[in-house]
Amino acid sequence: MMIELKNIVKRFGDLTVLNDVSLSVAEGAVMALVGPSGGGKSTLLRCINLLEIPTSGSVGIAGDRLEFHSGARVSAKQVQLLRRHTGMVFQNFQLFPHRTVVENVTEGLTTVLRWPKDRARERAMALLEKVGLAHKADVWPSTLSGGQQQRVAIARALAPSPKVLLCDEPTSALDPELSGEVVDVLAQLAREGTTMVMATHDLRLASKIANEVTVLDAGVIVETGTSREIFTQPKRERTKRFIATLTHEEANTQGEGI
Amino acid sequence: MSHWLTLMLESLPSLLWAGLIFTIPLTLLSFLLGLTVGLIAAIIRLFAPGPFAAIIKFYVWIIRGTPLLVQLFLIFYGLPSVGIVLDAFTAALIGFTLNIGAYTSEILRAVISSVSKGQWEAAYSIGMSWSQAMRRTILPQAARVAVPPLSNTFISLVKDTSLAAAITVPELFQAAQRIVATTYEPLILYVEAALIYLVMSSVLSSLQGRLETRLNRYGGFLEARS
Repeated sequence: MMIELKNIVKRFGDLTVLNDVSLSVAEGAVMALVGPSGGGKSTLLRCINLLEIPTSGSVGIAGDRLEFHSGARVSAKQVQLLRRHTGMVFQNFQLFPHRTVVENVTEGLTTVLRWPKDRARERAMALLEKVGLAHKADVWPSTLSGGQQQRVAIARALAPSPKVLLCDEPTSALDPELSGEVVDVLAQLAREGTTMVMATHDLRLASKIANEVTVLDAGVIVETGTSREIFTQPKRERTKRFIATLTHEEANTQGEGI
Repeated sequence: MSHWLTLMLESLPSLLWAGLIFTIPLTLLSFLLGLTVGLIAAIIRLFAPGPFAAIIKFYVWIIRGTPLLVQLFLIFYGLPSVGIVLDAFTAALIGFTLNIGAYTSEILRAVISSVSKGQWEAAYSIGMSWSQAMRRTILPQAARVAVPPLSNTFISLVKDTSLAAAITVPELFQAAQRIVATTYEPLILYVEAALIYLVMSSVLSSLQGRLETRLNRYGGFLEARS
């Protein structure tokens, strides 16, 4: 398994956000985490690259594993080591505004992996080519549309060749028209065998790209299955209700005028 | 009027010389050292555990709550009583450094925390360590917000260095005082000294403008601050 989460518990004070969640993702698989807001999908995603440190449980990526116990601290070095197997795409893009598009992509290579500048730029240009933004390499991110910014963010996340790409609501800050270009890029990555985990409530994204879907509600896994199973014949009542609200929303957004 | 002009021209070289070898070095050195102290203090305040942050809070409280002139007197005239004798320039340098350190630590603390948490996470997500994230991602963005308030502090400092005259540093203002003692022309000499300070501040203001333009070249803030 590329990713193995075992018995993940995450508490913020008295609030239990994740309660004994276990999950595995095979190499090359694309897993969508869906569920109502506040259900824990984003927290679970952030536990994979340890932007949130689980209260207890264990996180394994690409053969490296870290155990967490309440009260015990893990070293920053170990966290960083595990995190380097991952890349992340954020809801609000979070490009570095003080660096040009290509510098955003080379940053991880030159600063973290100490690649020489021209080699990093070469790889960055190849990645920008892939997301269709090579012609924007030398502009400031603030001049790009939301969809373009998110595509640069994808290139930035992929630059250090992570084993896993994590996407936290990658399309929800974008209007439907712009989210299409991001979905297309992610779909292409999925076809190429990139292991991905994405937290999303974008049905189009989940159904087009994910081959496995996990439904989270109130900090526990409600149901796991292939995307076809979950979207067309969910077993649990909770999942049915959730899918119904999503399709309803979808219909509403598409019905809207200008 | 020609008397004014003659006296000013005659005294100008010694005032400029005093400015060049005392006022400017004192200003630059204490600002750079003070900024370093301020950065360290801000980082401790923001990230270090309670007791360390409390020490910094105490330091800022003392420095901001007491007059700079009193601090200089304490260092230069007070410390010899406990066996610490410093020459005037060193005493002034220490005094101004501590002062700038306290004020800039508050500015830096504010601008560092003004950079969104998402930028830290973005830096971490591509594998950066805390110090890499700080250096490469957070500080450059904080810097641009910091330029106006830091420039304020810097310009105040240029003028405040005249206080060093009171602890015998022969800087620009003291040079004027000395000439007044022999010529009995306080109005002319102090107007002249004031004009020199005004020119220095004006040069700094225009440098601030250029620096701001440069740091603003990447345009508006990107993210929706939701």
